[in-house]
Amino acid sequence: MSGKVITVTSGKGGVGKTTATANLGAALADFGHKVACVDGDIGLRNLDVVMGLENRIVYDLVDVVEGRCRLRQAMIRDKRLPELYLIPAAQTRDKSAVSPSDMVRLCDELRPECDYILIDSPAGIERGFRNAIAPADIVVVITNPEVSAVRDADRIIGLVEAEEKGPARLVINRIKPDMIRRGDMLAVDDIIELLAVQLIGLVPDDDSVLTSTNRGTPVVLDGKSKAGLAFRNIARRLMDEEVPFLNMEDEGGFFSRLTRFIRPGGS
Amino acid sequence: MIDHAIITGTSDMGTKVQIKGIREGLLVTLGEGSWDELHPQLLEHLDQQAAFLQGARLALDVGSLVLKAVDLGQLTKEISDRGLALWAVVGESPTTERSTQSFGLATRIAKPAKEGSAAYADQAVLDEESAVLVRRTLRSGSSLQHPGHVVVIGDINPGAEIVAGGDVVVWGRLRGMVHAGAQGNEQAVVCALDLSPTQLRIAGTIALTPKRRGKPQPEMARLQKGQVVAEAWDPKRERL
Repeated sequence: MSGKVITVTSGKGGVGKTTATANLGAALADFGHKVACVDGDIGLRNLDVVMGLENRIVYDLVDVVEGRCRLRQAMIRDKRLPELYLIPAAQTRDKSAVSPSDMVRLCDELRPECDYILIDSPAGIERGFRNAIAPADIVVVITNPEVSAVRDADRIIGLVEAEEKGPARLVINRIKPDMIRRGDMLAVDDIIELLAVQLIGLVPDDDSVLTSTNRGTPVVLDGKSKAGLAFRNIARRLMDEEVPFLNMEDEGGFFSRLTRFIRPGGS
Repeated sequence: MIDHAIITGTSDMGTKVQIKGIREGLLVTLGEGSWDELHPQLLEHLDQQAAFLQGARLALDVGSLVLKAVDLGQLTKEISDRGLALWAVVGESPTTERSTQSFGLATRIAKPAKEGSAAYADQAVLDEESAVLVRRTLRSGSSLQHPGHVVVIGDINPGAEIVAGGDVVVWGRLRGMVHAGAQGNEQAVVCALDLSPTQLRIAGTIALTPKRRGKPQPEMARLQKGQVVAEAWDPKRERL
């Protein structure tokens, strides 16, 4: 078994990297895969909070890298999904505590054990981003339908290309269909036209994301959430399944259509 | 406006040592041959170019050559004796890499042809009439600078910039910043299939793109009486 390393990044902060990492991790684990989520945001960790595992942290990523514990000891098992693990970041250190080659070594150690290794990248294009990108097989770039987020995503995609990590894949998060319809938000087509990379997900703006984040339960486990279903679809696309995109415009039939897409594939 | 020359030196015929400018300083490339043969050539080259090289940061590309730690140690000393600094040695051999690391030098330089201006360092000629052809999209943050003309097949995304001494032609959407005639050439023009730059400069004049009405169409911008004027391409009209 050799796991795939998927790095979730964005350039701009606050677009939903951590939420996406937690939810994709939970969705992949829910589909029966063994998943490790690695928090790459050393010094500003919050993947543990979003996953609701904050109080179980004993050892962290920096402890592993600096040899204070074995990798297994830093892997925290999720409360609900037995195949989901978190490797938290250190809060008392900063990005320079880990080097890109440390991350490559860590992931090489995880690969035989897991199907998927998800890395939550910090915002920015500096050391933390370099660390997160170094071991990646697949890079998922998250953006929002707003000019500044798309501009940063463009820069990130260029940097990922320069690192020869292959073409990045794009997720557009926090789409508000009615705002797009009114022309107050960038249209999905315009974003794709500009960024010119493969789109793997459209996630609608959904209040349930915020409440589940605060509660520490991934929104994908909430069968009623639109965003949760969109994240499950992204997870399936990462598993190389063909899943049609949701129609963002069609508010009325939106939910019923989603459930139909989800059920048959749920292996 | 051109803040660095792209080619800073070329080799004489017959020698196996080439020096060219990259973003991080100068890149010295060694040809095929043994170290015993190349080593004196390299030193000779450095001495010949001493006036031009002074104080430069050098990166050395040794190709497939195996560079032992002893040789590298000697070389770093010889280089620093000449008032230069060696910061990186790039090579294919793991031995070379190991000895480089043992001296605390970099084993990799930013890959040319990947990001921004470093990409065009291997252009053979350097004069205002030369042109570079770039066949990719320039994304936000990348910068292309060239003393001659620039032709791009691909888009220029917002946040990317082109600074050219001559004309700029974009076969695609131009949405970043573009500066044609950067050294003061007021005859310079900018052409694009979709001319919507965030900012357009020709020589010393700066213009913003007005809001587009209707479909994009191929346009050419140039200076007319001190103003930047963009006109749609018209097959019937004679121009320039």
